[in-house]
Amino acid sequence: MHFNFRGTWSIFKREVMRAFRTAFQSILAPVLTTSLYFIVFGAAIGNRMPDLGGVEYGAFIIPGLLMLTLLGETTSNASFGIYMPRFTGTIYELLSAPVGVAETLIGFVGAAAAKSLILASIILLTARLFVDYSIAHPLWAVVYIMLVAASFSLFGFILGVWADNFEKLGIIPMLFLTPLTFLGGTFYSIDMLPEPWDTIALANPIVYLVSGLRWTFYGSSDVNFGISLGITLGFLAVCTAIIAFIFKSGWRLRA
Amino acid sequence: MSEPILELRGLTKVYPGGLKALDCVDLDIRKGEIFALLGPNGAGKTTLIGAVCGLVRPSGGTMRAFGYDLSTHWRQARARIGLVPQELSTDMFEPVIRAVSYSRGLFGHPPDPGRIEEILRALSLWDKRDERIMALSGGMKRRVLIAKALAHEPDLLFLDEPTAGVDVELRKGMWQLIDSMRGRGVTIILTTHYIEEAEEMADRVGVINQGRLLMVDEKEAMMKRLGRTEAHIALAEPIAAIPDGLGRFPIEIEQGGMSLCYRGGDGTGKGKAEVAELTKALTAAGIDYTGIDVRESSLEDIFVALLGEKEAA
Repeated sequence: MHFNFRGTWSIFKREVMRAFRTAFQSILAPVLTTSLYFIVFGAAIGNRMPDLGGVEYGAFIIPGLLMLTLLGETTSNASFGIYMPRFTGTIYELLSAPVGVAETLIGFVGAAAAKSLILASIILLTARLFVDYSIAHPLWAVVYIMLVAASFSLFGFILGVWADNFEKLGIIPMLFLTPLTFLGGTFYSIDMLPEPWDTIALANPIVYLVSGLRWTFYGSSDVNFGISLGITLGFLAVCTAIIAFIFKSGWRLRA
Repeated sequence: MSEPILELRGLTKVYPGGLKALDCVDLDIRKGEIFALLGPNGAGKTTLIGAVCGLVRPSGGTMRAFGYDLSTHWRQARARIGLVPQELSTDMFEPVIRAVSYSRGLFGHPPDPGRIEEILRALSLWDKRDERIMALSGGMKRRVLIAKALAHEPDLLFLDEPTAGVDVELRKGMWQLIDSMRGRGVTIILTTHYIEEAEEMADRVGVINQGRLLMVDEKEAMMKRLGRTEAHIALAEPIAAIPDGLGRFPIEIEQGGMSLCYRGGDGTGKGKAEVAELTKALTAAGIDYTGIDVRESSLEDIFVALLGEKEAA
């Protein structure tokens, strides 16, 4: 017996079903929140804002809002996905089953990423109700969204393994991820920041993610797309290495 | 003797902090048997199960299941092992049938609605298949855990305290269920601190305490080797000393000469036969008696005595 395909599919299916079981929290809540952003920043305030890089303000914020939702939802989906079995004790079944690191990751992280992609599609459709936009590099957009979703699913998985209570589970997304996303050029271009803040902003890794996605939409961004792609791939590699260590050592999974 | 399907050699687990939960445990489990692992709380029973099932990382020793080394060929071995944990750990929001089907898939088996139905019917859960697990009683939740463990048709099943916290009726039902699983060829290792449970079901018994396996033997052999008969004979008149001719019996005078206590035998009925001989000898010696209370020692007596001896040592 080598790779356990059926085991992987079982984990994946169950995790995706869990999202539908909690559809309001998993799908409707982010859609509602994003819609409110579009109403407030896109319609109400956006009408008074100048175009940024030749893009209408309402359309300009779409990649940032998409990234805001992607990072938050992907991280929380993946972290809850592995934390809850640890919390309730049902992880015994996973640990005693013939599934290894690859099956577990593809199952949990793949499901979290898939849920995020579904959510991203819904948000893009929702955005269409409020603003007109086009995607300059649709293939790159899909690839980049998938990369970000996969990276932050891995990151969420690490959080879910690390956390030993609900507070820890929420602290990283709430205290670090959301503020960094807000400061990462979701609602503005970092060119708009005065010195030295525009330079300081480049220390925020989320700037590169938002910028990268914005390039796939409008063909222009604060940072070169290659750098954004490199940083995303680097983050993916670091998270993968940490997870490999977790499974090898059994840290927080096996007694 | 059949080949062991599980072989543990020098299995040791030391937790961070220094607690030695398993201390060089050697154990062979034979195909088709019910093996009861007895021990007080904290003896190392659950750690032993955890080590075999992949929940605990052993500090030393080797484990082989079905001929596979569990440290290298764990996929092949684990695919044939089922575990029913002590805690009622399951996704409470899932319907029963979905939870059981998930377990089958997780262990790499294709969907088989017929097999799932068979398992659920055998566990009297078929009528509850669409109920969320949270809506079931404690006994039913435990049966769901058993159904999940059986979903991938394991050859070796671990039952960690299967009847902990369940009422007498359900416990007896659980015993029947375990017996029927044995009938289907499943090898069963159960941990329990209900001696009665081991006495009722087990073919072999292992006694574990403080991480050390103190004894492993056939239940009958253990009873025979360590079993005792105890008889109290109430005398009509007090006696001051054991009369001549009765010295060959292992007896003592009690209650100021008003009672004789016999302690002997070997758990095979030899003790009862000796008590009968003793009563004849008393009559022949002209000693009248008014009552006899004979009691065979249970596995519990043996277990308690064994733990006591080891602690004293």
